[in-house]
This record gives sequence, C-alpha cells and structure tokens, in this order.
Amino acid sequence: MVNDIDMGVDLGGIPMKNPVAVASGTFGYGCEYAGLVDVSRLGAVTVKGVRLQPWPGNPLPRHVEVPGGMVNAIGLQGPGVDGLIRDYLPFLREAGVPVIVNVWGTSEAEYAEVAARLDGVPGVAGIELNVSCPNVKEGGHAFGADPCVMASLVAAVRKRTRLPLMPKLAPNVPSIAVFARAAAEAGADALALINTIPAMVIDIETRRPVLANGVGGLSGPAIHPVAVKLVWEASRAVRIPILAMGGISGPVAAIEFMIAGATAVAVGTANFIDPKTPLRVIEGIEAYCARHGFAAARALTGAIQI
Amino acid sequence: MIDCNARVIEQHRLTDDYLLLLLEAPAVTVSAHPGQFVHVRVTGLDDALLRRPFSIYGADHGVLALVYKTVGRGTEQLARLAGGDTVSVIGPLGNGFPLDCGDRMPVLVAGGYGVAPLSYLARRLGRRGVVLVGARSAADVLCVEDFTELEWDIRVSTQDGSRGERGLVTDLLDACLAAPSATPPEIYACGPDGMLRAVGERAGAAGARAWLSLDKHMVCGVGACLACVQRLRRADGTEWIGRVCHDGPVFEAREIVW
Repeated sequence: MVNDIDMGVDLGGIPMKNPVAVASGTFGYGCEYAGLVDVSRLGAVTVKGVRLQPWPGNPLPRHVEVPGGMVNAIGLQGPGVDGLIRDYLPFLREAGVPVIVNVWGTSEAEYAEVAARLDGVPGVAGIELNVSCPNVKEGGHAFGADPCVMASLVAAVRKRTRLPLMPKLAPNVPSIAVFARAAAEAGADALALINTIPAMVIDIETRRPVLANGVGGLSGPAIHPVAVKLVWEASRAVRIPILAMGGISGPVAAIEFMIAGATAVAVGTANFIDPKTPLRVIEGIEAYCARHGFAAARALTGAIQI
Repeated sequence: MIDCNARVIEQHRLTDDYLLLLLEAPAVTVSAHPGQFVHVRVTGLDDALLRRPFSIYGADHGVLALVYKTVGRGTEQLARLAGGDTVSVIGPLGNGFPLDCGDRMPVLVAGGYGVAPLSYLARRLGRRGVVLVGARSAADVLCVEDFTELEWDIRVSTQDGSRGERGLVTDLLDACLAAPSATPPEIYACGPDGMLRAVGERAGAAGARAWLSLDKHMVCGVGACLACVQRLRRADGTEWIGRVCHDGPVFEAREIVW
C-alpha cells in the first residue's frame, strides 16, 4: 500500500491535503459534480470567476472541439461575489474542501472590493486573481498583459484582503519570468499558470468564426507541453509556490508539472471528459511517490534533473 | 447520475444515416425518464475527446437504447462499435417530460431524430395520443412503427413529399389544433430550434401547454461549464440564464426566450 506517503502541500498559505485541485470554470461550484465525484477528496476547488455583480457571459456558440482540446469563450458568466457566497459556497464549505475563488473585474477597485468581500468568509481559502481571461473585452487579460499594471493590481488587492493571493498568468507573454517576479514582488503568495491560450476557429463553409465571440481560449492536452515549459521558467524565477494547469488528463502530466517546479496542480478540461480524473491523479501521484522512493508529494516539486 | 462503462449489446442501421445502439447499462436505465439524455464518451478517437449527448430512446430491462444520426467524427466513430465493445456513459442526465397531462390529449411533434425520445415518452404515457412525425424526406422518417404498436394516431410529413403530407410538421400541427376539441391538447416536441419555436408559438396561440426538448451542443452535461445556456423567463416575467443540460433539456414553451 502507498498510504504512508505524505500528500499534503502548502500552496502559499492554502493548506491542501493533496496537491490536486480543479481549475476555474471546469468544475462549476462543485455541486454539479457531486453525484459523480467525492468532492471532499480534492485538494482544493477553484470556482468559476466572479466579479462584483452578476455577469451574463458571451452569446452561443461558446465552445468548439479541436484536435487535442477545445476552444472556449464562455465569457465569465457568474452570479457575482455576493451570489457566490450566498448560493454556492455552503456546499463546498460542507464538503470541507478549500475553496479558491477566481476573481475578475474591470478596474483595480472592483478586484479589490470583491477580494475584500471574500475576506473572512468561512470556506474561502484563497483568491486566484484572473488577469488572463482571453474572453472578456474589459478586465481579465487587460491586467495581465503588462507587468507593471499587474503588479499595481496585486498591490491594490493585497491591501484589502488577508487571503492568500494567486495571480493566474497568461501564457502568451514574451517572458513569464518577468510577470512571475512582478507578481511576487507586489505581494502575491502563489502563482497560477497557465490560462487558456488565445485561439480561433473558422468555419470554412460560412467563412465565419465558429465562436460567437470570434476568438476564445485553447485548453486540453494540446497545451500541456507549453504549460510545462512556462511552469519550469516561472519556478526558476520566483520562490513562491506555483499551481500548475494546462492539459492534465492523467497522473503523468500532473507529475510532470510538479517535477518542473509546481507545488500543486489543477485538472481542467479533463473534468468534462472523465470527471474522476482528479481522483485518478491523486492516486497516481501517490503511487509514483511510492515507486520512486519519495516520502512526500512535496518532494516532487522542482525535482527535475538537468 | 451514474458514470459507467456500458457494453454494446448490438448496433444496427435503421436507414443509411441512422443507427440504433443497444447498451447494457442497468444502473443508468433504472432511473431513466423520457426526455433525459446520456453523455457518451466515444472511444477510439485520439484527438476528439469531448462526450456527445444522446436522448434516451429506450430504457427497459437494463438495456439503454439510443437512436442517432451520423453527423460528424464522433457519431461516425460511434457507428463503428460492435457487440462486446464498451463505451463510457454518464446518465441519466437532465429533466425529462412531465408524464401527467390530465385529461388533455397528448400530441407529440417530432422533427427528424427528435422522434426517438418521443417514442420513449409515448410508451411511458400509458395512453393513446397523436404523433406528428416530420422529416426532410422518406429516408429520414424513423420509429413510426413504434407508434403503430401503441395504436397512436400517426401523421407524417416530409419536406419533399416523398412520404406523408408534403410540408413541415408544423403544418400537421396547425391542422391538429384547428380540429374542434373541448380542451386544448398537451404538446410534447423534440426537433431543431426553428421547429420548436414554431411549435411553441402555435401552442401559445391555441392556449395549449407545450413541452420542448432543446438540442444544444454540450460539454460537461452536468451544468458546470456553461456552454449550453439558454435565456429563460420566469412566471413573474424576470429573465434568467439556464443550462440546457441541467435545467432542461425539456422546458415549457413559454419559459423560453428565443
């Protein structure tokens, strides 16, 4: 048996009983999957992005399947932070799983206000600052495309909450190290990477973009090697822990992320295909540690041999 | 909601483009209800990974029956499965049709393979009614014999006139609603959006209640991803955004904001 492996990790002040979370937007608010997955076994649940007010998201079609993944432009549909706290957090709090809330806005003040409202809410373990959603016109990626703008945002939010802060970085930047350092110096406790990669699909019969939003974000196994490289680079640039995501469909991709330098990982698109993927990943990491003589999962972090 | 590997009992073609797939999935069938769907992961495709939703055609004696049309890579791969193969099935999902229509005559309106869940519904309604089967041409008319067995009043239309009346299934509905009747019928419909919208408008004009099963592309199937949303209206007139997979796929016509 592999029960003696210490699976716990500390993601910048977010205590996780194992290093496997689910990524924002791919697991709803946990309750949707409760009939298929024992949510309490997850290391953390990152819920869909919220801003101050409810937000309707984009018109349909919002997704299209592509080789090795999918392109989505959901557009951050959500109940607003008060709706999240009132309607959705009780289930996850009951499940006893740490909740990471993905937060977005169209101004520094909005991000900061949402963070302030989450401060001290039972069950909320941390904030993932969404500075990289490719699918909304204002906000999101506008704050993640310039390291100074992002640092200013992190600092502004930092003043309004004691919760661990974790900016979610965009993959399409010239140097991820610059953004990682800017976030860390501004007071981030951890980093999340990567968000989806901006992408587009055209229907050649109609000559129109397939997505109503025109463009979207690519996710799925196709983006995994891109994410591994960025996680590796970011982990060499900063000392704060990294939550890695991008194309995990089983234990191998997750372990790869940890070896590259991630403290924890998040399963995303794979939840749609096999909702038990996060549980398989937890078991796979445990088995890998036992097979390779690692007493603790956290020993995998940065274990790369170069 | 069950997540299982279902064994293919058999699969055969109903016509050139339509197939009947029988799966051994007792855990899914035991709680299935007409109008619900299952989310199937088609194996054997390395680069296409999302599940495909299929309306339930039958769920008796542990056998899950699906009728589908080959429309793309996923369904073409599904069509290659043979007895003994397995597929991953999550279901039953969504909310089905209400079965209690009181003293009102059930009128089923089917467009294309939308007839499949309505055949299942007719078997569960436990009474006779009228079924209006619309299709593009004779080759797209499916499952009519199911209703013959149940001794339903069957009316068929095709757009090219190759079987039944020439025209749209809503023409059949117009004729049906024009017939004198003490109480308006209870309408159940499944088909493309344009047809459903037309059915809903006619039902509203006739003072009949209509239950429409929407066919939307889905990703998660359980309400988490927000890919298959639909604008809806509450009884008090306020609007909300529902998820077809979780809050539907069956909605009352007057709930839908087209």
